[in-house]
Amino acid sequence: MILNLTPNDLQAIWLSTKVATTATLITLPFGFALAWMLAFSKVRCKPLIDGLINLPLVLPPVVVGYLLLLLLGRQGPLGELFKTLGIQIIFTWKGAVIACSVIGLPLMVRSIRLGLEQIDPYLIHASRTLGAGFFDTLRSLVLPLSIPSLITGGILCFARSLGEFGATIILAGNIPDVTQTIPLAIYDYTNTPGGDAGALSLCLVSIVLSYLVLIGNEMIMRRIGHGLRKTS
Amino acid sequence: MKLEVNLTKKLGEFDFSTRFRVEGGRIGIFGPSGSGKSTLSNLLTGFLAADSGIIRLDDHKLFDSSKRINLSPNRRRVAVVFQHAHLFPHLNVRKNLLYGYQRTPASQRQLKLTEVAAAMQIDHLLDRDVIRLSGGEKQRVALGRALLACPDLLILDEPLSALDKRLKDQIVPFLRKTLRRFTIPYLYISHSLSEMRLLTDQVLQFADGRLRQMTDADTLARQRMTSNHRGYLNHLTLSSPREVGDLLGYRWGGNELLLVSQEHPPEGLFELSSKDILLCKKHPHAMSARNLLTGTITGIIAQGGMVGVELNCGGEMLLAQVVREAAIELQLDVGKTVYAAIKASAFRYLA
Repeated sequence: MILNLTPNDLQAIWLSTKVATTATLITLPFGFALAWMLAFSKVRCKPLIDGLINLPLVLPPVVVGYLLLLLLGRQGPLGELFKTLGIQIIFTWKGAVIACSVIGLPLMVRSIRLGLEQIDPYLIHASRTLGAGFFDTLRSLVLPLSIPSLITGGILCFARSLGEFGATIILAGNIPDVTQTIPLAIYDYTNTPGGDAGALSLCLVSIVLSYLVLIGNEMIMRRIGHGLRKTS
Repeated sequence: MKLEVNLTKKLGEFDFSTRFRVEGGRIGIFGPSGSGKSTLSNLLTGFLAADSGIIRLDDHKLFDSSKRINLSPNRRRVAVVFQHAHLFPHLNVRKNLLYGYQRTPASQRQLKLTEVAAAMQIDHLLDRDVIRLSGGEKQRVALGRALLACPDLLILDEPLSALDKRLKDQIVPFLRKTLRRFTIPYLYISHSLSEMRLLTDQVLQFADGRLRQMTDADTLARQRMTSNHRGYLNHLTLSSPREVGDLLGYRWGGNELLLVSQEHPPEGLFELSSKDILLCKKHPHAMSARNLLTGTITGIIAQGGMVGVELNCGGEMLLAQVVREAAIELQLDVGKTVYAAIKASAFRYLA
């Protein structure tokens, strides 16, 4: 089959990549902070926070999208705040980024948390007694040892964002060239008579893109994984 | 180093409460597992906060519950070497060694990397990945890393218990020499009496979360003469080895001792069990033991069914151990002179 991509399709591919990349980069620091808190802190309501973070994983994405719309819409509490700052969220690509971030966050937190829990607590003790403060230990020890899990978490979030549909369509809408990502474009094609060829082309792009991401993850992990195995 | 501790801490069922003041550079914390040794270590480093009390190291207060002082671990200047090396796996040996050094103010750095690496015999490993080190090498890097941070107090928390016996026997003399050389005050935590004797001057003995006594390792060893299957181990400093037939003659104070010959006769510290010394009231004319010393009894320690006999042999002290019946039969008493027979193979080189 020969790929037959229209300018609209190319724009959708570009937009998907842009949204997924931005969402991943924005989610990383939050994901790391939340994972750190769940792995190391002694906060009492940990199970509650854990549950809250993981909700988007089990809720229908449409529900998440709708809740975000209530929060960020013109009458929503955060929507008004953004409006005063002159930032329009809903029905823009920024809305798609927020939808993808919230949906991708649980996957990222899980992955980073697993990585953090692998770190021998005695390494942190040793670092602190050698004169490193909290943030110094974070920078010089915890972060470097978390790189594999940060990459895995980032890639999971990126891949999930590429496929995000339900929350995005509610929060950002399905506006060609503005918020129409690959899944939304495919959805449009399937609703258009004679749109099969376009839908299949974009499906193929989607498969190749996701597959490349997974292979890329595997290759990076192989390269850096060697040096970071747990040692005593 | 002056360390003042007065702390209480409840950890579930375990109740830790202690109060002591020590001064010196080589302090031992001795006790079985579950006695509170590691709790004390964690309280000193700041990984555990005590329920109440104070910790004062030299002139600095590290912890004071009444004044709400609780310095974070990085501000206490108390470094630890744990049972396992816990080297940073993403850094090579050199970067591991310099981790604490780089975080120590220049004015407080007393040691240099080259000096410590040479003393630890790891100077050829500096650019190596820490994963590719042997157990003994890892532990030496961990010690070097802690020393280079020039802490006010170094805690050695059972640093040798993960090593096998052969490696331990090699590393103890090394540790003794190195720790003496760098004069960084340390607390040596262990349940090994022999390590206490070689590495500490004063010993705080813990049991069930309480300080039982403050003593020295030699006294502790005497108290445990009967419970230890090897008896009391005399430490003898032997010098000037010379060949005497098939044996080696060593100077020990005013005496000469004959030992089984070795390829490279070392000088230094040897151990001799109190159980390997035979006491005779009269001079035995013919016997297989190669050493016969004359000694004056300076002390008698009755312990269970055994009697420890302290001898002064030409200015050097020796503790022998006999059963009570033998002590009665030989009429052993302070001031009397006896002969001590020791086999040439009874000595073991220590350090």
